[in-house]
Amino acid sequence: MEYFIQQLINGITLGGVYALVALGYTMVYGIIQLINFAHGEFFAAGGYMGVILISWLAAQGVPPTICLVLSLGLTMGYCALLATAVEQVAYRPLRQSSRLSVLLSALGMSIFLQNGLMLTQGVYDRAYPTEITRGGLHFGMVTFSYMQILIVAVTAILLVGLNALVFRTRIGKAMRATAQDKTMSALVGINSGRIISLTFAVGAGLAAAAGIMVGLYYGSVRYDMGFVPGIKAFAAAVLGGIGNITGAMLGGFIIGMVEIMAAGYISSEYKDVFAFIILIAVLYFMPTGIMGENVDDTRV
Amino acid sequence: MTTLGSRRHWTGFAIGLVWFFFILWPLMGIKPGGLEFIPALLVWARIAAAALFIFVLWLLRQQGALGFLERPAARLGAAVSGAARVVPRTAWIAAVLAASMTLPLFAERYALDVAINVLVYVCLGLGLNVVVGMAGLLDLGYIAFYGVGAYTYALLSVHFGLSFWLCLPLAAGLAAVAGCIIGYPTLRMRGDYLAIVTLGFGEIVRIVLNNWMSLTNGPNGILGIKPPTLPWLQDGLWGVLELRALGGLYYVILGLAAFTVLAVYRLNHSRIGRAFEAVREDETAAQLMGVNTFAIKLLAYAMGAIFGGLAGAFFAARMRFVSPESFTFMESAMVLAMVVLGGMGSIPGVILGALALIALPEVFRGFELYRMLVFGGVMAVMMIINPRGLWPAKRVGQRSEERGHG
Repeated sequence: MEYFIQQLINGITLGGVYALVALGYTMVYGIIQLINFAHGEFFAAGGYMGVILISWLAAQGVPPTICLVLSLGLTMGYCALLATAVEQVAYRPLRQSSRLSVLLSALGMSIFLQNGLMLTQGVYDRAYPTEITRGGLHFGMVTFSYMQILIVAVTAILLVGLNALVFRTRIGKAMRATAQDKTMSALVGINSGRIISLTFAVGAGLAAAAGIMVGLYYGSVRYDMGFVPGIKAFAAAVLGGIGNITGAMLGGFIIGMVEIMAAGYISSEYKDVFAFIILIAVLYFMPTGIMGENVDDTRV
Repeated sequence: MTTLGSRRHWTGFAIGLVWFFFILWPLMGIKPGGLEFIPALLVWARIAAAALFIFVLWLLRQQGALGFLERPAARLGAAVSGAARVVPRTAWIAAVLAASMTLPLFAERYALDVAINVLVYVCLGLGLNVVVGMAGLLDLGYIAFYGVGAYTYALLSVHFGLSFWLCLPLAAGLAAVAGCIIGYPTLRMRGDYLAIVTLGFGEIVRIVLNNWMSLTNGPNGILGIKPPTLPWLQDGLWGVLELRALGGLYYVILGLAAFTVLAVYRLNHSRIGRAFEAVREDETAAQLMGVNTFAIKLLAYAMGAIFGGLAGAFFAARMRFVSPESFTFMESAMVLAMVVLGGMGSIPGVILGALALIALPEVFRGFELYRMLVFGGVMAVMMIINPRGLWPAKRVGQRSEERGHG
């Protein structure tokens, strides 16, 4: 029983990470129907920027709490800017091209960024300063580490914030309008180019937050850390119904939970396979996902 | 043939490029600890400089400033291609064939090694070309079939001692079966979904190879695979000659590559090839014209997989060792980059792509590390500047989706 509760806690933690990454996929897909292959790289970039900032700030003698908050904020901002740059270089020139072209361009960008990271930051794992978040709460055999609490808390804040942004603000309204109909929204005075950039930026910011927290949680980052979590997060987005923000959050938690439970009770070697199997099964049996209702047949 | 039409777009793109490299600086320029600042910056600076150089060159060309170089070059090119057209195509093919047949006679070991590599990738590229180029299905897990072929021969050779020539069709057959297994549930999906699901399948195959210890020996791989053999008359008795030397292996892969080229060429001009293209251009219209689109797509998958399986079996026989590490996503991406760079659906284009991506980095040995980086960049830029590739296929129409996107 204790083992199960522990796995439950681990599952929620991992699910939060996947949910944050999945949101980027789903938002971008919702607005320009593109699978952003480079999205996993923003996750990795967040991890690296986080370790750079945390080490630097800690060396300047900044207190740990402020150091964490500051690095998180700066990293998210940085990755948001990076995403707009990527969008401008690799996606915007292809607005009128075939989907295959955009997909290949995105893939190329992903390979470029990943190898750029490898060349400049090295092939090996880079250690995170973990002393900031060591320790945890113990309830009998069950441990709720501070890092897990941090991840859950930050995820919750970001998810609530995103919901507010998308459903309560004018910008959010513009985003939803652009996703529904680009031409019409342009006619009523929405700058769709800017809204698309903004969507990329928000998605990448969330992925960056996930990256920095994964780095802290596992204690290290690697140049190719964005690849597998990227696919799993995509599976989460599809499971929730691609284009649907609430669905992506839900899908992220389900995928995280399934992975942890499968690793704990079935086989830890094959834990990566389950997300793929879910992805394939969902696409085959219910391509609209759990919450996606407004998917027309051109998307699937 | 540029996707970017107006000057306004180009200025936007140029500003974006500068911004992109500027924003990459902190991420790729600073290492945690700060001490390794300069070397990292140097790498970044080289990337930026190369990109800037190419871009400036391109801009100058757009403005016509390179006319003094280009006009004579174009005249020379026209003269050469005019002369080339006088000689019949069969003569050219014969010349290429003769040159490749005699290569082991004068090439040294290293050059031969590179040539074998190029030919393996020609097989892979042409196989993927059937799926991506001809049928228009983006497959990101193609390397899985290469892996299936390699492991088929490796296991059969090590455990049962079967000959390479017997295993070759078996490897191809198993790869085709794997293609059908992967294709059956995925082919109902369109474009981008298919891409990510095939990517997932590719990863599943690798993970299984990595973890099925009792069969594949996991990450340690399989050792002691026998090289291809030929029956050989020795002292009046029929013996077996093992093709261990590079020269022999070269002829084996040359034969396989020639077979692949011929098969893909014939396929391209057959009813099935036309059906592939019909599906690529407009699936609904193809269905309306009586093409069984699902069967055709499955067939494209299986056919592509066959060539991957053949190349895989050869790979195992040549290395005499296989491990899951050779079948990562990056390999898939590299093969895809060849197809994209050379021109989707074009046989000479894919061969050119394989040459460019395998042989060129060998020439620039010092830049070995930058290979994948350049692939990625080239892939993205190619889609913007010239999505049809270096040597475009003759029959490529406006894709049906081309109007609808964005």
